[in-house]
Amino acid sequence: MRKMADKSYFKPEDLKKFGDISKWSENLGTKFFEYYGEVFKEGALTAREKALIALAVSHAVQCPYCIDAYTNTCVQKGAEEEEMMEAVHVAAAIKSGATLVYGVQMMNHNDKISM
Amino acid sequence: MATKQKTKSLKSTGNDLADTFFQLDVLNGKQVSDAKFPAFANKIGEVGFPTLTVTEIEIFQLNIGKLCNQTCTHCHVDAGPDRKEENMDKAMLEKCLKFIAEVPTIHTVDITGGAPEMNPHFRWFVEECTKLGKKVIDRCNLTIIVANKKYHDMPEFLAKHKVHIISSLPYFAEGKTDSQRGDGVFEASIKALKMLNDVGYGKNDPDLVLDLVYNPNGAFLPDDQDSLQTLFKRKLSTKFDIVFNDLYAITNLPIARFLDYLLQSGNYEEYMEKLVNAFNPATVEGLMCRNTISVSWEGYLHDCDFNQMLDLKVATKGSQHLDDFDIEKLRARNIVLNQHCYGCTAGAGSSCGGELT
Repeated sequence: MRKMADKSYFKPEDLKKFGDISKWSENLGTKFFEYYGEVFKEGALTAREKALIALAVSHAVQCPYCIDAYTNTCVQKGAEEEEMMEAVHVAAAIKSGATLVYGVQMMNHNDKISM
Repeated sequence: MATKQKTKSLKSTGNDLADTFFQLDVLNGKQVSDAKFPAFANKIGEVGFPTLTVTEIEIFQLNIGKLCNQTCTHCHVDAGPDRKEENMDKAMLEKCLKFIAEVPTIHTVDITGGAPEMNPHFRWFVEECTKLGKKVIDRCNLTIIVANKKYHDMPEFLAKHKVHIISSLPYFAEGKTDSQRGDGVFEASIKALKMLNDVGYGKNDPDLVLDLVYNPNGAFLPDDQDSLQTLFKRKLSTKFDIVFNDLYAITNLPIARFLDYLLQSGNYEEYMEKLVNAFNPATVEGLMCRNTISVSWEGYLHDCDFNQMLDLKVATKGSQHLDDFDIEKLRARNIVLNQHCYGCTAGAGSSCGGELT
């Protein structure tokens, strides 16, 4: 019988199989990867700037695969550790701000039901 | 300026990897790791190179000695301050000059180490090479220039002989540089770069070329050379008012101390997988081993500095040493291949001159 400890939803080796998603829907998978590749090309933003944005978003969406992947990419592109941590703080600030702004809703509702 | 060593040589600590046979066993899945990767020789065979041959012997690269004032964590030479015995003597340097003079296709003498400047005959050898009309490259670790008063005039000496300087600088900030090369190395390197700029290196004079070498500070491959060069130029210029000509992005090959780092950090298999998966057939044509002869401090001949450090001599029977070199045999030789060669064919490729594609 399989032990519970063996069960893990996130396996680092699964990142290498990302391309396999095209197997069950080749057309959509292909279109996605083409789009993905195009997005990260050097453009109005440099590939390095895009990697830092991706790193921040990876934290916001709490995707462990993305965090590994974009840590690698940022380091490879010469990003400084301070830049990487600041990017994570940007994600954290937006996430916490997005929570805190609901405080206004709370206050509004409190006002509505209070004498 | 004082720098503090980050590590010790494999030889001085009695590490198993100090034995080149052991390193080759690791690379071939017979020791430490049982991970097997496709044989490099087969891999290039599949893309049209059943053997790898010499195009011409144009670069004479000599590893003048393993003595160095630094003990970098990634060093493929396993160089360091303790490697005092492995230094080329004057008699051997004279044999090098004979070879260089007798082979007209050699246009460049590429001096590496260790810290080449620590060889007592370095200046004399540079002068003799320039007398022969050859271009000289000094692979300078920068910090040696400020390490001791006797090297402080090295920038003027190198400029006088129009020596092409290729210097390692893995990052444009202290943390990552010092973690690879030793505490204080970044500060000393910046000081040395300023001294080189002051005598005209890295500016507009085509005779005073100062190139930098970037190599990744860990178990990853370098990004594309142009992007890194743009980044380094901007950072070094704005932060330190330093200029240089080109940046070479070089992949760390899995040998010696870098192999030790990979094994100790648990990154070996993943790194090898990265190299193998990034195999780029377009790099094979321009591999540096095809136009280089690499000479050890003892006078043995190799296809490249990495083969030299693995003690893989040229596959030329009867002509494996400066004492009995036969230029036609050397030109007709097949390059000796092993699994570390994946380091030179990964991504955009890697050589002593940076990217290959």
